[in-house]
Amino acid sequence: MKKKLNKNSLNGFLNYGIVIAAFAALQVLIGMGRLSNTLQSLLVPACCYIVMAVSLNLTVGILGELSLGHAGFMSLGAFSGITASILLQSAIPMAPLRLAVSMVVGAAFGALGGVIVGVPVLRLQGDYLAIVTLAFGQIIQNIIMVLYVGVDSRGIHFAASSKRFDLAPDGTAIIKGPMGAVGVQKLASFTAGFVLILITLLVVQNLVNSRSGRAIMALRDNRIAAESVGINVTKYKLMAFVTSAALAGAAGALWGLNYSSTVASKFNFNTSILVLVFVVLGGLGSIRGSIIAAALLYVLPELLRGLGLDDYRMLIYAIVLILVMLATNNDKLKALVGRVIPKRKGAVNNG
Amino acid sequence: MSFLNNAITGVSLGSIYAIIALGYTMVYGIAKMLNFAHGDVIMVGAYVCFLAMGSLGLPPLAGVLLAVVVCTALGIAIERLAYKPLRSAPSLAVLITAIGVSYLLQNSAQLLWGADTKTFTPIVGTDQESRLWLVPGQLSISYVAILSVVCCVVVMIALALFTGRTKMGKAMRACSEDKGAAQLMGIDVNTTISVTFAIGSALAAIAGVLMCSAYPVLSPTTGSLPGIRAFTAAVFGGIGSIPGALLGGILLGVIETFAKAYISTDLSDAVVFAVLIIVLLVRPAGLMGKYVPEKV
Amino acid sequence: MKKKDLAALLMAGAMCFGLLAGCSNSGDKASGAPASDAGAQESAPGGSQGSGDAVTIKVGGIGPITGDAAQYGTATQWGAEIAVDEINALNGPVKLEFRYEDDTNVADTAVSAYNALKDWAKDAPLVIYGTTTTAPCVAVSAETFNDRYFQLTPSASSPDVVAGKDNVFQMCFTDPYLGTAGAEYLNSKGLGTKYGIIYNNGDPYSTGIAEAFITKAGELGMELVATQTYPDDKTTDYTVQLNACKDAGADVVFLPIYYTPASLILAQAKQMSYAPLFIGGDGMDGMLDMEGFDKSLAEGLLLMTPFSAGAEDERTQSFVKKYQEAHGILPNQFAADGYDCMYAIYEACCELEGLEGMDSAALCDALSAKFGGGEFSVDGLTGKGMTWKDTGEIDKSPLIFKVENGAYVDAQ
Repeated sequence: MKKKLNKNSLNGFLNYGIVIAAFAALQVLIGMGRLSNTLQSLLVPACCYIVMAVSLNLTVGILGELSLGHAGFMSLGAFSGITASILLQSAIPMAPLRLAVSMVVGAAFGALGGVIVGVPVLRLQGDYLAIVTLAFGQIIQNIIMVLYVGVDSRGIHFAASSKRFDLAPDGTAIIKGPMGAVGVQKLASFTAGFVLILITLLVVQNLVNSRSGRAIMALRDNRIAAESVGINVTKYKLMAFVTSAALAGAAGALWGLNYSSTVASKFNFNTSILVLVFVVLGGLGSIRGSIIAAALLYVLPELLRGLGLDDYRMLIYAIVLILVMLATNNDKLKALVGRVIPKRKGAVNNG
Repeated sequence: MSFLNNAITGVSLGSIYAIIALGYTMVYGIAKMLNFAHGDVIMVGAYVCFLAMGSLGLPPLAGVLLAVVVCTALGIAIERLAYKPLRSAPSLAVLITAIGVSYLLQNSAQLLWGADTKTFTPIVGTDQESRLWLVPGQLSISYVAILSVVCCVVVMIALALFTGRTKMGKAMRACSEDKGAAQLMGIDVNTTISVTFAIGSALAAIAGVLMCSAYPVLSPTTGSLPGIRAFTAAVFGGIGSIPGALLGGILLGVIETFAKAYISTDLSDAVVFAVLIIVLLVRPAGLMGKYVPEKV
Repeated sequence: MKKKDLAALLMAGAMCFGLLAGCSNSGDKASGAPASDAGAQESAPGGSQGSGDAVTIKVGGIGPITGDAAQYGTATQWGAEIAVDEINALNGPVKLEFRYEDDTNVADTAVSAYNALKDWAKDAPLVIYGTTTTAPCVAVSAETFNDRYFQLTPSASSPDVVAGKDNVFQMCFTDPYLGTAGAEYLNSKGLGTKYGIIYNNGDPYSTGIAEAFITKAGELGMELVATQTYPDDKTTDYTVQLNACKDAGADVVFLPIYYTPASLILAQAKQMSYAPLFIGGDGMDGMLDMEGFDKSLAEGLLLMTPFSAGAEDERTQSFVKKYQEAHGILPNQFAADGYDCMYAIYEACCELEGLEGMDSAALCDALSAKFGGGEFSVDGLTGKGMTWKDTGEIDKSPLIFKVENGAYVDAQ
């Protein structure tokens, strides 16, 4: 038991090490001016997607429940974070602090969404949970699409349509329905993304290696057996689900504050699927796998630009996706790899 | 009168969802996989029929048949190349592969046929004469809607008979209950699953033609939204259940239409999905799904 | 775990490949050869060879060429390519080197595409052409404003695109302008007594026009009896919205939407024998050219668009011919706006003094001053003597066409 714990924490430290080393290396490259504009612009969104992937891994890999609406929490975080940052513009002039507060607000809204969805639906299982999370993602998108939020001297205004949106002339509109949030001051930075990844790792790894984490994994492996030894199913499922949603909210806030405009349709089903692809390719339950897969796969389609393949870019992406899934699940190939690399104990793959 | 009109709209929209959902639910029932590429097979079917009728000048029925043949072949090819090697893999790996196949079909379609929207030539007339007038000038049903409801019911009955009476159908049910046991009883599981995909894809071709006849626009992404809606419908009715897909599809169409008409066009999506969540909370396995308690 | 390792390995391989390719590309650029490097979808023949003293300006286009909105992006790309070929064949003082990047109609991808273009144009001044759609354009224009690149969009029509940015200009009408113009036209012509509107409330373009129309209609005392929305251009059933308009007795229905959903609305209205006067904006152009479209459905439709592929002037005809030869379909106003953008950039650059040696930022300031100065005007397919306001909005009058016998007829 003791040896196992040590190995787990070693694994965890290795993850921190990889993230810190990657951050340092990239900072050096930026300092030397060797990193192209394209790659530089991908750093913050890649950080967001890493956090999204790690947090979704908590639901899908550790808790073992399929979620198809993770982008919904990101959306909640993005729009609440943007709103917070604009409301606090005068109260907190210091940009990094305001960013941090906005991210906390985003995380809080994400968590709130997680509780609202989680309490009733975690009683469902498997593909039914998947469809409910998908439905939740659609509902969030639909609601934000018709939501108008603005602030003026009389306070904050909410409305469900532009007709009822009555803002004084001195006011600022923050969210304008389908136009989304426009004119956002860009606060996000690569450093902030890096810190968020570290916090995410800290939260997720400590949760996984704690008593609660073991209860969560026991639920995944055999719910009935876990229940029979007195594990509170709803409590632990909710714990994992809400943590995951909160982290997604924080990532959403960072995302929202990295672009001058954000629309609700960005956080649609396709985005949820994209994050799920990162998690599955990285390996269910493997935090490090999620980090690497998210970073590489987010950057890959962008790197395919400029090879004269623009018309075929998404086609190649699709083919790579299929081939990687086929290759990683090929028994012969697995056996081959197994002979080359000695067998290690690892996460259990039981989607 | 407007209530009846809306009800008719809902049912005809729902019958389209239902026929797509039938394909979804078949594949899910037997292969236990969410085939997200199903919507894109529909799109391919519609394109094939469109080209057959437009470029080759074939009559509508020949176009539909060609679409069915092409989609069946496509379905079998996809199953063989992409899904079969993953038979023993975790279900999520299959899900991701299905998504990859979906992207592949969409982008191939765009390269082959262009990104511009085409107007589909309906296989039955859509003008004012081609309608059944219940109340002259006020209440009518289009022939396409009648055709799709009839198709739906025919397909459902045929599927029910097929799975209930034929040897292959029984093999399918056996596979959906327990693949291992079915294999031990001498059922060729791989062939059974291939046949399921073939049937599902043939249904997708028919669904594509009907959908594009009712709503005559066609582009490479035509299949994605109906795909998600049909998935919702299948879950609504109880995924894996053939009558459930029909019921779920039609109910979804009606709820969507009524939500638009009587609640708000702005929030119709939210209403539809909220109803779905409520239904699932009350009946966790969908309207007609069997709730199978877990065995220890 | 093996699975993960292998996946990581494969992806690392792909990544290395990408990086290497990226490096070799940038190497080419560093060596100062603007001629065809493998990656660019260029139309410029051979860069600066030929006429010795021509200045090369790089034009980087952004728009969706895959995904839902691909038809609009490809149209703006192809229209611009034809213009670039023509311009470079003129052997004038300025050569354009063109490259187009995909943004899949997503804002963050558009920003990545923009950065890829910045990397591409390290050795020559860059002008950004795009983006095609509004939401990505708002994100990109904030970037170009900070980085000082001149930006001209063919079709992103929201005022948010140009608001507060001196370097961003539009070739298309702004949404509020079209909405207001639509209401004024209907009112002044006395068309209809009760008005209905159906728009896409998930789309900034559609919502923008609709809101301006509703406001103006209110000011003019027009009776707006039905305001209906739908969430997504992939929506297929509009009978509920049409029924609402019909039941409210609307005899004019305003459709500030793109032509794909509009074609469905027209078909479904006909099926329910509802025949009000339909009027649309510039997004409606292209409907008659949809493959397989029954033109009789659009009979009597009014649309406000600056371009008609049926126009008989020589320039339009030659453009339409080239476009059809290359791509097999008729160009719509997206393509025409794209074509005009290239000529606007070219002619403005030709009129600049001291163009040689300017970097992107200097070019941006010079061009912004030129476009925003109000003096500069350009003739194109979508208007004669087009000028720009200092806000970035274009000044050209919309033509109002009526569809008669499957063709546009002036209905001004």
